[in-house]
Amino acid sequence: MSAAAAAPVGRDRALNAALFHYVLRLADTSLVLGQRLGEWIGHAPALEEDLGLANLALDLVGQARLLLTYAGEIEGKGRDEDALAFLRDAPEFLNLTLAEQPNGDFAHTVVRQWLIDAWQIEVYEGLTRSADTRLAAIAAKALKETRYHYRFSSGWLVRLGDGTAESQARAQQAVDSLWRFTAELFAADELDERMAAVGIAPQLAAGAERWGQRVDVDLHRATLVRPAQQPHPWHGKRGVHTEHLGHLLGEMQHLQRTYPGVRW
Amino acid sequence: MWRLLAGVPDPEIPVLSIIDLGVVRYVRHAADGRLHVGITPTYSGCPATDAIRSAARAALDEAGHREALLEEVLSPPWTSDWLTAQGRAKLAAFGIAPPAATAAASGSAPAPVHCPRCGSLSTERISEFGSTPCKAHYVCRACREPFDHFKCI
Repeated sequence: MSAAAAAPVGRDRALNAALFHYVLRLADTSLVLGQRLGEWIGHAPALEEDLGLANLALDLVGQARLLLTYAGEIEGKGRDEDALAFLRDAPEFLNLTLAEQPNGDFAHTVVRQWLIDAWQIEVYEGLTRSADTRLAAIAAKALKETRYHYRFSSGWLVRLGDGTAESQARAQQAVDSLWRFTAELFAADELDERMAAVGIAPQLAAGAERWGQRVDVDLHRATLVRPAQQPHPWHGKRGVHTEHLGHLLGEMQHLQRTYPGVRW
Repeated sequence: MWRLLAGVPDPEIPVLSIIDLGVVRYVRHAADGRLHVGITPTYSGCPATDAIRSAARAALDEAGHREALLEEVLSPPWTSDWLTAQGRAKLAAFGIAPPAATAAASGSAPAPVHCPRCGSLSTERISEFGSTPCKAHYVCRACREPFDHFKCI
């Protein structure tokens, strides 16, 4: 059962390679964040949150599967979703640096989720109008799920921030420690600009403004303070990662690396 | 053909058929002379998607439609609005509060949910997520019974 048509014939080679990398960025952010959330299974503060985080993970890994399958078809070298997920090394992963940050306490997980949910809403929303119809279809589906995720994460942000002295202190600590990774979310590089120029990707700058407003409203409701903006030395989406990604991949890829080609 | 597929149950909520669920998007004879059946996933990561696909395949094969082609349809994306009236009634009878008739497209406030047991509107959401990707967890303040609500999405 193949989904939609393959890459349009005649798309020039360089554009094809750029699109491959662009789709990998989206896929890897979802995959890595989904894997991180999966680490909570059996450890979350309450059964409901355990199920909630597992459900978020399931949607994210589902989105990653659709995107990785598409990336493999664009590349045209016979790599399927599994080859791309389990047989690439850290420098070949193009996820946002924020997505790979460790779970920390529940507040860290909630803040990381909330920041990325709000980012994904902007990106997927823009992609629903993509000139690439396959990407637009995946984005429309993912957008509905992401809005639901955001309800969960922004709800928890407010509950923790506007909660007890302890929960507020921890939520503020999480915001303070993760904020330095947010500048990467909307920093457009040549690849983003190239994709926007041909109508495949949205202009990141427009989303940045809406993201900022949304985040400010939530922080205010949560009685939390927005940290000062910091310069961004992080380049996860260019394959330069913090040391945390290697450990995550070590666990995620263990089975395929140890027993190449093993199947259920 | 629709009647045949109406005999295929959803693997996670077996009171619903895949027709009730609204995931069968079309059945048509295409120019290639083959029967094409379009199926859309509910959630991107729903593990039931593979099971639905193989159950539909098996039903088609058993009915002698080996030539029929199953196609995955992503656009437009599935919505709980596509649950049939019959499907909603079956859910309620099964003890799962069905989704509102038209889903709130964006994150607007969710509509009040009736308790599927006593009918009370005095219900409280315990968690946005439940035992499967398509359900949330509620409790009824009137009869104190916990129940599942089929999410509006």
